[in-house]
Amino acid sequence: MNQDDFELVAGLEIHVQLHTDTKAFSGESFEYGAPPNTLVSPVTLGLPGALPRLNARAVELATRLGLALNCKIREKSYFARKNYFYPDLPKGYQITQSETPLCYDGYLEIEDENGQPMRVGIERIHLEEDAGKSLHDQDPYETLVDFNRAGAPLVEIVSRPDIRHPRQAYNYVARIRRLVRWLGVSDGNMEEGSLRCDANISVRPKGSPALGTKVEVKNMNSFRHVMRAIEYEFERQTEALLRGEKIHQETRTFDAVQGLTLSMRSKEQAHDYRYFPEPDLPPLVLTPSFIQEQKAAMGHLPDDIKRLCLHEYGLSEYEADRLSEERLLADYFLKLLDCQATPKEAANWLLGPVSQWLNEQGQTLADFPLSPQRLATIIALVRAEKVSHSQAAATLLPAACLPENQDAGLEDLARALGILMEEMEDHQLRQILLEILDNFPQKVAEYKNGKKGLQGFFMGELMKKTGGRANPKKAGQVLSELLKN
Amino acid sequence: MSGRAAAPSPWLEDWAKGVSLTQRVEVFLKKIARQAALNAFVEVFEQSALERAADIDARRQAGAPLGPLAGMVVALKDNILMKGHRCTASSRILEGFEAPYSATAVHRLLEADAVVIGRTGCDEFAMGSSNETSYYGLVRNPLDPERVPGGSSGGSAAAVAAGLCDAALGSDTGGSIRQPAAFCGLWGMKPTYGAVSRYGLIAYGSSFDQIGPMTTSPEDAALLMQVISGPDPYDATSDVRFTFQKSEHGAQERVVSLGFFPELLEGSDIEEPIRKAYQDCLERARILGCVLKPIELPMRSWLVPLYYVLSTAEASSNLARYDGVRYGYRSSHGETLEQMQVNTRTEGFGAEVRRRILLGTFVLSSGYYDAYYSKALKARALLCRRLENLFNEVHFLLLPTTPGLPFRFGERSADPVKMYLEDQFTVMANLTGHPALNFPWPCAGDFPVCGLQIMGPRRSDADLLAMAGRLVASKF
Repeated sequence: MNQDDFELVAGLEIHVQLHTDTKAFSGESFEYGAPPNTLVSPVTLGLPGALPRLNARAVELATRLGLALNCKIREKSYFARKNYFYPDLPKGYQITQSETPLCYDGYLEIEDENGQPMRVGIERIHLEEDAGKSLHDQDPYETLVDFNRAGAPLVEIVSRPDIRHPRQAYNYVARIRRLVRWLGVSDGNMEEGSLRCDANISVRPKGSPALGTKVEVKNMNSFRHVMRAIEYEFERQTEALLRGEKIHQETRTFDAVQGLTLSMRSKEQAHDYRYFPEPDLPPLVLTPSFIQEQKAAMGHLPDDIKRLCLHEYGLSEYEADRLSEERLLADYFLKLLDCQATPKEAANWLLGPVSQWLNEQGQTLADFPLSPQRLATIIALVRAEKVSHSQAAATLLPAACLPENQDAGLEDLARALGILMEEMEDHQLRQILLEILDNFPQKVAEYKNGKKGLQGFFMGELMKKTGGRANPKKAGQVLSELLKN
Repeated sequence: MSGRAAAPSPWLEDWAKGVSLTQRVEVFLKKIARQAALNAFVEVFEQSALERAADIDARRQAGAPLGPLAGMVVALKDNILMKGHRCTASSRILEGFEAPYSATAVHRLLEADAVVIGRTGCDEFAMGSSNETSYYGLVRNPLDPERVPGGSSGGSAAAVAAGLCDAALGSDTGGSIRQPAAFCGLWGMKPTYGAVSRYGLIAYGSSFDQIGPMTTSPEDAALLMQVISGPDPYDATSDVRFTFQKSEHGAQERVVSLGFFPELLEGSDIEEPIRKAYQDCLERARILGCVLKPIELPMRSWLVPLYYVLSTAEASSNLARYDGVRYGYRSSHGETLEQMQVNTRTEGFGAEVRRRILLGTFVLSSGYYDAYYSKALKARALLCRRLENLFNEVHFLLLPTTPGLPFRFGERSADPVKMYLEDQFTVMANLTGHPALNFPWPCAGDFPVCGLQIMGPRRSDADLLAMAGRLVASKF
């Protein structure tokens, strides 16, 4: 037997901090990087007599996420207390859900390591509260605790053990992150800890139906870490089995610097969390109409957009991927279509000139000053051949973005910028072109001797003389006519 | 219920006569000092009480509108938070803890212009039936200083019974208002679960705890209930449907059916004076025209075990926050975090609290959860259904509050099980969330008074006071 005879079996537990104004069970806000212990109410600090009250917004967001992950939504769920002692856990228990998670039995479609579609089952999504943070590096002797994060709302997304390759884990976490950002459920920032991932990893001989002993790995702060930790564990565990050793059920931590996992605690040291129903909170009851409202509020999902782009709009795979990456972009794209831009035009403009302008300004689409209506008007000017595409992208778009031009008519603006291609009468065009031909008899002779490339030269002269206002198509026709004689 | 109209309480009479509130507070302060041996108060809020009294006097002078409790001087059990004052649950572990916010009930008292005169001693974390487990020492029964005042709201009961204040708030998890009220001859109400907000009450058993009034008259109890009860967004378990409504049950013409328990009249489970009082009260009810209906006490032998499994489970979790990290007592012994926490809790909690934490931790532990906690939850649900059904048959249940008269210090404290059995008639209302009221009844034994209990359907709190008021008025 060798490593190839083994199969990886992994499941992921992802904690996502919900993007709400206030904490899960109290009224104060939470904000990464605020001065320590400034966002702490009696509830957060676990003061005597303080009681939790549920944040309705957190329930809405968790429900939307569950629906987006194809889960069933539980109409009556209970909160539970998970009891353990830790200095950053103010009440000595965490309010979470145990037997009755809000969402269950869903799935997420991802791509496997070969780019083929596959499904990862979602076992459950439950609501809970975050703990504070122990700061071990602020003082040479003491550990300090910051409770700002304590009580922040979290969902935990628990996948089924459907992952068979480290790359699948990477894709899964990336898809979850895209989804939570898309839905506005979370900013999904892994560095700031708004998205945290633990992995349950085991191996078994290929073809074996039984699961091997699982090891839980914590502390992976990026997609890559998740993938590397799983790669490392697969090797560590298969090598151990090949040596005839047993895998111990334990919790390990990922060391990103060394690229390996280290044992934290064994099964024997595991806590007995003594879960029991939280007596301070009544059961959470969701009506069918509430669930319907969340479904409506959720709107279209990235995969819907991608499918639309590929199959309805005939866009490329690249364009479809880009447009379904971020909700703001997809929404803008759809609004452009509503304003009579074609899918191809809309995609070209958003992924081309608009992206470029945003990059140059160091801004995101959220800051983009042009409404879809105004951008569609620019696109229409190009389509009507009143402004050339290159002038529109390089000159008109940046000018239209200036605050002082925000109410200006775009055609007037193009005229003021001198890039409007006026409707010239044929005889005017003819007149100017004749002058040019008169000025360059030598070139005309060369052209007539077969140097047809000189047409571009004459056109260039025309644009100089007209300040770019001549319609190139029409001018080309007139020029060809004149040069024939 | 007529609120202020019938049989005015002494404080109302004084108020009506125009006696200055400041003067009344001063008298109480002197009495408290004179009766220091009772140890009813852990702390007297002398300065803030005098300031408040002066403020209310001034507003009355100015003819400003005043709240319904203007003129009343109230004490708080030492587990109900009042902003700017210390609150310890009579435990060493909360030594020095000052409340940064007020309990909703206290907030409402103050809004209604009550004066809070201090905090009263209780069994540590409200765990006890004798007031012997307080870190601040035992409290004596003003009717007989050799006897316990009951617990856990024993300080509140002693303070009201000794006339050290007009009324007090207590808290009742398994009988902690009703039993000391019975021992001190007072009216003590355990409201419908959810009627009074628990926000700012130091939790013992969250699904059992209720704040309630301890008074010398049903009128005062009703007035306090009117002020402190009602929905509170800060307590998710508060009952949004609860209103303290005027009751029709005081009226003569209504035919009232009362359930009673013949087994308590026949057996030797309760002390003779209590049995006699119970019989006497039933007789009185019959004379008043009530229909008496014999009923078997539901799940009787399970009640105390059920209560102690479930309440200690919740307590073990509720008291986990006292770890020396953020506030209160912190042990100076120990090198590591774990040692600090273990020593803090070992030194900070008394023996009875430690016992209940261990018991609660045990029943929630993996391997025992199903045998104890889970089974007890099911039995609790069953008991709730049984009681709901009973209240389809009768308006009220009448039963003793305690199996005996106030005992002497040390008599029960060596045997926790004997002490726990003190709660056998009171825990039912906490297990099911129904309202229950202790009312005083004359006693034929070697003690002047005992307590009887009336229970009713959810949200019948006002009815209980009216009905018991009728019974007592017919007797005295």
